[in-house]
Amino acid sequence: MHIIETKNLTKKYKEITAVDNLNLKINEGEIFGLLGPNGAGKTTTLLMFTTLKQPTSGTAKVNNFDIIKQPDKVRKSIGIVFQDPSSDDILTGYENLKLHGLLYDMPNDLQERRIKEVLELVDLTDRKNDLVKKYSGGMRRRLELARGLMHHPKILFLDEPTLGLDPQSRDHIWNYIEKLARDEKITIIITTHYMDEADKLCDRLAIIDHGKIVVLGTPKKLKKDLGGDIIRLKAKNLNIEMLNKLKYVKKVDRCNGEVCLTVKDANKHLQEILKVVGKVESVEIRSPTLDDVFLHYTGRAIREDSPEGGWAERAMHVRSNR
Amino acid sequence: MSELKGIYALWYREFKVFLRERSRIVSSIINPILWLLIIGGGIGSAVSFSGINYQTFIFPGVLIQTVLFSSVFFGVYIVWDKKIDFLKEVLVAPISRTSVFVGKIIGGSTDTLIQIVILLTIGYIFVSSGIMTGLNFNIISIITSLAFLLVTTAGMVSIGLIIGSQMESPEGFQLIGSFLIFPLFFLSGALFPISNLPPWLAPLVFINPITYAVDGIRGILVGVSNFNVAFDFAIITIFSIIMISIGSYAFKKMKI
Repeated sequence: MHIIETKNLTKKYKEITAVDNLNLKINEGEIFGLLGPNGAGKTTTLLMFTTLKQPTSGTAKVNNFDIIKQPDKVRKSIGIVFQDPSSDDILTGYENLKLHGLLYDMPNDLQERRIKEVLELVDLTDRKNDLVKKYSGGMRRRLELARGLMHHPKILFLDEPTLGLDPQSRDHIWNYIEKLARDEKITIIITTHYMDEADKLCDRLAIIDHGKIVVLGTPKKLKKDLGGDIIRLKAKNLNIEMLNKLKYVKKVDRCNGEVCLTVKDANKHLQEILKVVGKVESVEIRSPTLDDVFLHYTGRAIREDSPEGGWAERAMHVRSNR
Repeated sequence: MSELKGIYALWYREFKVFLRERSRIVSSIINPILWLLIIGGGIGSAVSFSGINYQTFIFPGVLIQTVLFSSVFFGVYIVWDKKIDFLKEVLVAPISRTSVFVGKIIGGSTDTLIQIVILLTIGYIFVSSGIMTGLNFNIISIITSLAFLLVTTAGMVSIGLIIGSQMESPEGFQLIGSFLIFPLFFLSGALFPISNLPPWLAPLVFINPITYAVDGIRGILVGVSNFNVAFDFAIITIFSIIMISIGSYAFKKMKI
């Protein structure tokens, strides 16, 4: 059964098509990643799934409810952790959770029980009576994660769950997310820029660019589909044309004054490649990562900054518009 | 049921935040006292209107001033909520936008009402200690003026929320808010009698809905008014109902 199914889901703003005839099926119980460069349409897609934005055309079913016709039922089935902080920092952790329980019409005893449970889950029981102002960035994220789960949603959306956190906090949050998927048996949908995050967490992922799905699959398969390992060469006067003629060289890229080759069975063919290119300063062979997959499908060009970025970026955007 | 609980949730939040921002309460009390003591005392030493001490005369105006500032600027919080994702967290909850709006109005009105009650108490203390004279304090006058102030507050909070729902930056809100509050205050007869105004000024004062709030409360607390108090109440009530309707529409259309 598909917990989310979209049908030609489209969102247009004045000039740009942010989401373009998206057709996507997400299975119940999986951790699904939505990846893509800035402005690719990830957050817009998420906002449509959560009924905060209306699609221009097409629709989607979330937990079998139509996002246009049954927004209330959709809202009851989902939890979401937004990209920017969304807890009130003049309230305590406990008060933020209580507020959430009231908004979701939870019966009093259930509300108190769940607050206790989710606080334990994210290790914030000791700090529940502190103002959120006094929390670190990672603690605040954990609180918001706890809050998103409090009303037993069938689907949890996480928009850039570890943006701007230090490696320790990221690792912490990842553990929680994995624990959640296991213990609460919910479907989790993540958008992220971090490929290591996607690789570690996601059962399946889709790379989106210009509002369309470019590729979809398990991290393992996507990496395998690149067709080989990565060889990184540093040398003067590389003969790229010759490299392109070799059958097992799938792709030749220039990156930072070096050359990256995607090569089938690199270990076997390294000797020959070195013979062709002549003298090199350094060589590195590694298995492909999701970063390589991402760059393969979305290209190396730097994207224009879009207001989809973080809090500070958006605030600056507002300022510059005035 | 769930909608009522949602409204309560929003009120709960606004109230908690209000109680924690002590500086807001303190400044909202100090300002009116300065107006009463310095402007009222200073000008009052030379001026009186139809035998009423100036300090006493502006007391209703100072009450309304507190309502204007506290209510309209309450709307800035929605701009802050927008800047972080807190507003989205509220809007994604399974309650209607009308309930969100109503919860905000009740929250903002509570804040203002608390300040008003404190001011009325201070007025009462001033009167009983002889600093001010001629104010009519009894159960009925207090309850009727509270009714006036509450209706005015609901309308003004709506205006603040309407502006807030359209604005992206707190600075912009500040600008528009001040643009609105000062004319409303100065053109309301809070500081001068409105019976003998020059012809260019009179229409501006009489189309200002706040004029009727000031006039009504002055009628109740001081005993002088230009219009019938019931008429004043009708005007300000109609004004507030219109503002609440526009506000709830603005919330439904609000983009995030």
